[in-house]
Amino acid sequence: MQRRHFLGLMAGIALTFSSSLALAQDKFIVVASTTSTEQSGLFGHILPLFTKKTGIAVRVVAQGTGQALKTGEKGDADVVFVHDPVAEQKFVEAGFGVDRKPVMYNDFVIVGPKSDPAKVMGSRNVLDSYKKIAAAKAPFASRGDSSGTHAAELRIWKESGIDVKTAGEGWYRETGSGMGPTLNTASAMNAYAFTDRGTWLSFKNRGDLVIAVEGDVKLFNQYGVMLVNPAKHAHVKVTEGKAFIDWLTSKEGQDAIAAYKIGGEQLFFPNYKPGQNS
Amino acid sequence: MNTITDAFHLALNLIWQFDAELMRIIGLSLRVSLSAVVIGSIIGLPLGAFLALARFPGRHACIVVLNASMGLPPVVVGLVVYLILSRSGPLGTFGWLFTAAGMVVAQVVLITPIVAALSRQVVADLWSEYEEQLRSLGLTRLGAIATLLWDGRFSLSTAVLAGFGRAIAEVGAIIIVGGNIAGVTRTMTTAISLETSRGDLALAMALGIVLLTIAITINAAATTLGNAARRAQGA
Repeated sequence: MQRRHFLGLMAGIALTFSSSLALAQDKFIVVASTTSTEQSGLFGHILPLFTKKTGIAVRVVAQGTGQALKTGEKGDADVVFVHDPVAEQKFVEAGFGVDRKPVMYNDFVIVGPKSDPAKVMGSRNVLDSYKKIAAAKAPFASRGDSSGTHAAELRIWKESGIDVKTAGEGWYRETGSGMGPTLNTASAMNAYAFTDRGTWLSFKNRGDLVIAVEGDVKLFNQYGVMLVNPAKHAHVKVTEGKAFIDWLTSKEGQDAIAAYKIGGEQLFFPNYKPGQNS
Repeated sequence: MNTITDAFHLALNLIWQFDAELMRIIGLSLRVSLSAVVIGSIIGLPLGAFLALARFPGRHACIVVLNASMGLPPVVVGLVVYLILSRSGPLGTFGWLFTAAGMVVAQVVLITPIVAALSRQVVADLWSEYEEQLRSLGLTRLGAIATLLWDGRFSLSTAVLAGFGRAIAEVGAIIIVGGNIAGVTRTMTTAISLETSRGDLALAMALGIVLLTIAITINAAATTLGNAARRAQGA
């Protein structure tokens, strides 16, 4: 008898928990996005405004751009919001995404230790700075994770004529992790690192790191949003997903993005022009 | 500067102020891990007892695999469950990826082998001790499963607690399957991971202290209840 009570109790507990897990299934969309938008606090600022207006909750899965596009490709998100125009273009051309729109930009900066072993502090020329860092064999921490930031970093290395794959000699180090962990690593070993400004501004464990190089047009970082193609994945929430894309590119959404500041500094600059699609 | 001291202050403040976000994160951690433990035990306890008592070809191989599965790397389990629950995977129609239900599935996979392997040992020991007595009562090996699970319940609670410990502490599986979505699938461990990557080491450490406190409280409560029950039954 006691045994039956015990089993009944266990089953009761199991039911209670599983039913409580099933709650909160209101209207929502899943957005695969990047660590830079999530960790900079932008989403925490703009998403409540969207949800308040439309009643649609936004569930953000923050990944690297490469992984976020993969998530969209597999149909595990309704909307993809990333920053790698080249990869986004391929994604749309391969039929995985539709309705792609440019939303905003921010910029990348190179941070480095105050001691500045490569003597690049205050430079506005990113190619020149990369050459100096390589020549000085100063430690450089790279994401190494196929994210949008990593792709941008590699494009600039390529342009500066330095092959980091063969550079070797231990100064170029791939952390294989997100922006935050890479900055943690850079801060711990006083290395230079290539980061988006948003993550840097909200990053707290800076140690001796400061901004070394900024202001070069090559450091421009464009964000785009697109709907996962409902023709490939029938369960994609087209109405809700489109509502989100439309809001981001509406005056209201663009103003909300511009209004997000850390320490008085604006992080993202909205730049959608009506009728602009790609 | 002193991250560890800051962390203790912050942890006390967070608990003291009953921070709403923190309470929601703790609640979700407990719901997910306790659900996984209950389901894992419902599967694992009888499975362990069956492997202890039944005799069939390939049993030893099963036991070796089971024991090895106690050390399943969470990140691998997370990846496999991710691929299975993905919209492009075999169970995609449920839409469980990036939900609490998906995290429970991943943790059940992690915990069940632990509960089963540990309970197999307990039941095997009990059987060798009471075999003659049970046989004289006319019980077969398989018929004794329920009896031995009931008789060994106090020792078996350790197996269940070990499973719970694994579930509440792991991050590798649930961060992949759950996606660490704020307010939906953010648990204690994934929040710690996030705050570490944001460089807010004091807050991450404070959350760690809160997590440890909860784990200790639950284990203490389970031990106290177990002892009280044992005394009440004169066992």
